Amino acid sequence: MVRYFLMRLATAVPTLFIIVTLAFFIMRAAPGGPFDQEQTLAPDIMENLQNAYGLDQPVWRQYLRYMGSLTHGDFGPSFKYKDFTVTELIKQGFPVTLRLGSIAIALALLLGIPLGVIAAVRHNTALDYATMSLAVLGIAIPAFVLLPALGLLFGIYLRWLPVAGWEPGSPRYLLLPTVALALPPLAYIARLTRSSMLEVLQSHYIRTAFAKGLPLRSVILRHALRPALMPVASYLVPAIAAIMTGSLVVESIAGLPGIGRYLVQGAVNRDYTLVLGMVIIYSALLIGMGLLVDLLYAWLDPRVRVRP
Amino acid sequence: MSAPMQDAAGRFRSNPAAFAAALIVACIVVLSIAGPWFSPNGHDTLDWLHVAMRPGLPQAHWFGTDRLGRDLFVRTLVGTRVSLTVGLVASAVSLLVGIAYGAVAGYFGGRIDHLMMRVIEIISGLPLIFFVIFITVIFGRNIYLLFLSIGAVAWLTMARIVRGQTMSIRREEYIEAAVACGASPARIILRHVLPNLVGVVVVYATLSVPQIILFESFLSFLGLGIQEPSVSLGTLVADGAGELEAAPWMLLIPGAFLALLMLCLNLCGDGLRDALDVKEG
Repeated sequence: MVRYFLMRLATAVPTLFIIVTLAFFIMRAAPGGPFDQEQTLAPDIMENLQNAYGLDQPVWRQYLRYMGSLTHGDFGPSFKYKDFTVTELIKQGFPVTLRLGSIAIALALLLGIPLGVIAAVRHNTALDYATMSLAVLGIAIPAFVLLPALGLLFGIYLRWLPVAGWEPGSPRYLLLPTVALALPPLAYIARLTRSSMLEVLQSHYIRTAFAKGLPLRSVILRHALRPALMPVASYLVPAIAAIMTGSLVVESIAGLPGIGRYLVQGAVNRDYTLVLGMVIIYSALLIGMGLLVDLLYAWLDPRVRVRP
Repeated sequence: MSAPMQDAAGRFRSNPAAFAAALIVACIVVLSIAGPWFSPNGHDTLDWLHVAMRPGLPQAHWFGTDRLGRDLFVRTLVGTRVSLTVGLVASAVSLLVGIAYGAVAGYFGGRIDHLMMRVIEIISGLPLIFFVIFITVIFGRNIYLLFLSIGAVAWLTMARIVRGQTMSIRREEYIEAAVACGASPARIILRHVLPNLVGVVVVYATLSVPQIILFESFLSFLGLGIQEPSVSLGTLVADGAGELEAAPWMLLIPGAFLALLMLCLNLCGDGLRDALDVKEG
């Protein structure tokens, strides 16, 4: 198990390194510098700016400098938020995004799996059809349509919840964004669980379990659930990726001060270092989650551990 | 049409949800092409006398107008057309690249296959959506770059599926017979392997269109995809999300079009998968 984990870790680190390197050189290959969009600056001011951000040095030296400062957690200064470094913006935004994302993924799993199981057990009943119709709808409606629509219903017509905004520590502002973020993966997980549960329920050992008189509840929980969750486990990485990308729009719509909103604003303002930093953080997060999911997978299916 | 295809068409027609979805998609396509022609308004002409008007009959603003008095009926249909075009073109690009790559890897196998699959593994390990955003930031926003970057993300799945299928077809006796007759690999792939891939390819192409439309509208929503004066469903939803209180129809109408399109395309894909009896890749 430990060996398996180390092997996975050994491929994750180079991947992250490739991402950072690639992103850095794409950024430097871009036509024009980061200060070109503003009104033309006097040449000596331009020179000072270039000097201050280290842009007058050869690219390989800039690269080494950037990589060097990354190793102690310094993502460099933001080009547009003049008083902040990218590291400070990440420190501010990351907890918000993490909270939003982790509640959303928990919600998707804790509601999606039971819904799928119930639909499978009550196969071809009205309950099954209702759940699956909801799931199809949930997959079809993107978060950036759902969230404003929820805001319209609960914020403007019913006046129960705020449409947008943020107050540290107040869950009222997180409720609608979390629901909008969780719904598409929730629907997909419910569908996946249902179809794999239906398949598992047809296998011989489940028939044996029923034959020896076990009640439905313990057949499902003790025998069927773990193998039925395999497809869900392999969907987890795409689900996390979907929630991360969803967090970009959801944070922008709801005005939550997370790293997703900084990434979008940085992208619109062409703030290169900010975007680079956020891309690195998101990639690291995604790769880290991938590692965790691999461990989970190895626990669910012992065969994975011995496979080379 | 060959007999298996006829069977599949019969099975598709007897699936009410998929068949209805296909009809709705057809209606949306026809409407998005012909609809704007029936309206006296253009998609970016300003009507200052009817600003933020609710849906109704006056001045033929059937879906109402936005803050600048632009007609939402025409804008929604033109936006749908743009989103559909992006979806179709980008799927076609990813289809071509994916099929060529997957068929070559699957047919030759061995070391070539190993190397080609490692490349796919590495690329799919990268968080591509963030890369696409990054690249649009740096190289500016234009529609060709959008096609290219979406295609670059979408071909991976297709290549994997085609490779798997090709590997199993490779073991068939008729391939052996073709090799024995001295046919070149290119001829075998084009004449014997590809025609047997039609089912899988059709199913996954159908399922990739809504994914790409979603991706495009996501980028356009963030202001990184389609740019003014052109419109897509994503930019329309973004405009509407900013005018919730004053003009909710600006969100609800394009949002409903997008959701309906996604829903029906997904149902079509599922229906085709069942009809052609394709196993999940």
